Amino acid sequence: MPPPEHVHWLFATGFLALGLFLVAEAVVGREVWRKRRWRAYLWPSTMFAMGLAMWPVMVFFTTSTLHMLAHGAWAEVMMVAGAAELGLASGKLRSPLWRLAIVSAFVVTGVALLVHEQNDWFFQRSAFLHHLLGWTFLAFAIFPLGRVIRPRSTLFASGFALAFVVVAVILFCDRDVAPVFGHLSPLAGTPHR
Amino acid sequence: MTQIATEAPREAPRRRTARAYALSAIGPATVTAGIVWALLQPYRLIILHPRDQGFWWLFVEPQLLVILVGALFHFLVVPGLLDDLGEEEEVEQ
Repeated sequence: MPPPEHVHWLFATGFLALGLFLVAEAVVGREVWRKRRWRAYLWPSTMFAMGLAMWPVMVFFTTSTLHMLAHGAWAEVMMVAGAAELGLASGKLRSPLWRLAIVSAFVVTGVALLVHEQNDWFFQRSAFLHHLLGWTFLAFAIFPLGRVIRPRSTLFASGFALAFVVVAVILFCDRDVAPVFGHLSPLAGTPHR
Repeated sequence: MTQIATEAPREAPRRRTARAYALSAIGPATVTAGIVWALLQPYRLIILHPRDQGFWWLFVEPQLLVILVGALFHFLVVPGLLDDLGEEEEVEQ
């Protein structure tokens, strides 16, 4: 079993890839991005695959019931959001309201992060990052929501892409037991790296 | 068919726009970020000191993963996208 920080880094890699795809789409525009069919499927299928990959995390990292519920919730919303965007890309789904799936994924992810982190901000680094991630997801939810209302807006597309890059950076900062800004609770354990 | 060589007309080189430059910069910027991170925190690049390390510490190297994502994006996604962007901009002109 990989240590939890490695799992965070692997998901960070996925989020970074998602971010780059979406930044590129924001730069060239949706029409150019979708000129080749496989590209239209690229980020939704990546998100769907990441949702699938979240299930083993939910099953094997059973430190608490809250952890399991949170990881299960992330797995579900990532798969639903990925599937909805895949349906929109293929033309099988037509209503733009399906884009609300990714908005709900942001909100559910943010709330689950904040609820499942039982320690305060400066308990240790991972606690700080969980709080930061939770609020990041909630704050950045404005961009996918704006994307529903104004699908051609460069501002909302760029903010949406940036959200994934920011999440990737935060996840790459994760360590199992490490201080944050010089703070480390004695209850957290001994930092090992 | 003839053995007399003739010069094929050359295609006029496409002018690269700001969007094309921005697109081309995404991958290299990501790779650079990974390299800078590796230089700033070489002790986190476990492959440089692999003795007594387990599989996951050697397999999951975050700096290398960042570099890998940037490189794969640059070489697999960007070329086709630049072609499509060039065609689109020619049509617009």
